[in-house]
Amino acid sequence: MTSTTIVAGVDRQLKNHTSFYATVRHSLTMAYRGLLKVRRTPEQLIDVTIQPILFTLMFTYLFGGAIAGNIASYLLLLIPGILVQTVITTSTVTGVQLREDMDKGVFNRFKSLPIARIAPLAGALLADTIRYAIATILTFATGYMLGYRPDAGLGGIVAGGLLVIVVSWSLSWIFAFFGVIARSASSVQGISFLILFPLTFLSNAFVPVSTLPGWLQTFVNANPISHLISAVRQFANLGTIGSDFWLSLAGAAVVVAIFAPLTVRAYMRRA
Amino acid sequence: MKHSSHTPFAIEARGLVKVFGDNRAVDGVDLHVPTGSIYGVLGPNGAGKTTTINMLATLLRPDSGTATIFGHDIQEEPQIVRQLIGVTGQYASVDENLSATENLIIFGRLLGLGRAEARQKAVDLLEEFGLSDAAKRPIAKYSGGMRRRLDLAVSLIAQPPLIFLDEPTTGLDPRTRTQMWATIRRLVASGSTILLTTQYLDEADQLADRIAVIDHGHVVAEGTPDELKASVGVAALNITLDHEKDITQAKAVIEAVLHTTVQSPAPRTLTAPMAKPDGVTDVLIELRKAHIGLDEISVQKPTLDEVFLALTGTPVKEGEQS
Ligand SMILES: Nc1ncnc2c1ncn2[C@@H]1O[C@H](COP(=O)(O)OP(=O)(O)OP(=O)(O)O)[C@@H](O)[C@H]1O
Ligand SMILES: [Mg+2]
Repeated sequence: MTSTTIVAGVDRQLKNHTSFYATVRHSLTMAYRGLLKVRRTPEQLIDVTIQPILFTLMFTYLFGGAIAGNIASYLLLLIPGILVQTVITTSTVTGVQLREDMDKGVFNRFKSLPIARIAPLAGALLADTIRYAIATILTFATGYMLGYRPDAGLGGIVAGGLLVIVVSWSLSWIFAFFGVIARSASSVQGISFLILFPLTFLSNAFVPVSTLPGWLQTFVNANPISHLISAVRQFANLGTIGSDFWLSLAGAAVVVAIFAPLTVRAYMRRA
Repeated sequence: MKHSSHTPFAIEARGLVKVFGDNRAVDGVDLHVPTGSIYGVLGPNGAGKTTTINMLATLLRPDSGTATIFGHDIQEEPQIVRQLIGVTGQYASVDENLSATENLIIFGRLLGLGRAEARQKAVDLLEEFGLSDAAKRPIAKYSGGMRRRLDLAVSLIAQPPLIFLDEPTTGLDPRTRTQMWATIRRLVASGSTILLTTQYLDEADQLADRIAVIDHGHVVAEGTPDELKASVGVAALNITLDHEKDITQAKAVIEAVLHTTVQSPAPRTLTAPMAKPDGVTDVLIELRKAHIGLDEISVQKPTLDEVFLALTGTPVKEGEQS
């Protein structure tokens, strides 16, 4: 084929394990692949582009007057809520895409290559943080155009955005787990929706908790999503860190501690 | 780091078994593939060809049995085995959404090439496989033949000494198929060992140094194409007469000489099985004596099709080309 002759199998120096450095390199290459795919199929980004814009516009004009009296003050309540809802919903895509990928022929090739077994999973989780960043930036930008001017300014917004991205990344392990164990991509989608829909809507995202009936207040206050939203509001409006911030981070850490090993184990059994 | 024992075999498999539910897809397959050869695995749909390759290529865990690739055990040293093999699966195993160049670069990077190296390798391989013009197009827009070629190109990035090709020419037109054969021969000339599966008898006959015929997960015959044909034991005599009117007399003459039944597939044509090719001398002498003119005569070894029929009792789908 090529002019070079092929080195005989018995003459090669080979190792049966993959170094940590190689594992990181393989994962980064897989993340690069994820980004290339996004560039090739931009329609994948509809959920992180259209949804934050649409939801912000809809809720602002639908409820702005009724709930907060005027749009500017409603945006202070709403934008962190929309942000958390959008980015966390985005984190379910990790699971759906992982399942789709694992069902494709190309996955068989990954399995036949001398690469770290974990690289395709790690790469997918890594590449998805870009999606969270896009959703975050678009939500804040839409809010800004409608008149969102939080007191803590840019610093508070950046801190809040980063917190949401970190928490969503942690939650994406849950969906990655379903992605690995589920039979089909659509079932992953279904499971994710069932989990997230009540959690994001039955929170303090869109309305002040005090307007809710008592039993619902109990649920909303216990909902971890509410704490995350409160933490972002505190960052953006006051520029301070409170108990909600620590609760959100602790919750995220617990999720990773439980689901990362579960996912990796299930994944390695299949990979 | 472990040193492999020096073995002349690229693949040695003993008693490989894979069971799916109650279906014994591969049921005790032994293979010995000499280094530097083309080894053909021939079998009909569902014979267990792909499953066997998947086990040898560390994609599937055997339920029992062992196999080594250049002396490295597929279960104990899978990561070493993966450094020695290139796999071109039966179905496309490249990224549909990405271009050929992007696919090659990503796999090159995964295999440890640097950025520039991977790019150069992609350019070289695309050139070699005649895909340079389509380099930027997403694979989803490729024809079947282009996909197969790209798939093979990806398997060659690391220049593996052993290449698995699962039905490399299924679905290709005759010209592309001949090109694929030439590519396979070039690969072996440069020092690779190739294990290929096929449903086409002429393909195995043309390419393979040795053939294993498998059916229902069993190796039913193994040997060189000539050995396999010889194992069926008969040659076939084909005679075309000058004149149709001689047919009855000619038939009687040949039957008398060879002591077998003679068929007449066409008005001027007769075929007869022979135990040994030298029976043909006696037939020709007797036909001359009877003043029967001959237009054409040939003695053929049985085709692999006949071999397959003899070995498994079921006929096989004929190659699309022949
Ligand atoms: N993942 C699987 N789960 C269940 N059964 C399987 C699986 N893979 C293969 N089989 C079964 O195992 C048998 C052998 O399949 P295999 O794909 O190895 O055949 P093959 O010789 O490659 O056939 P073909 O020429 O059609 O590609 C078939 O009966 C098939 O249905
Ligand atoms: Mg097959």
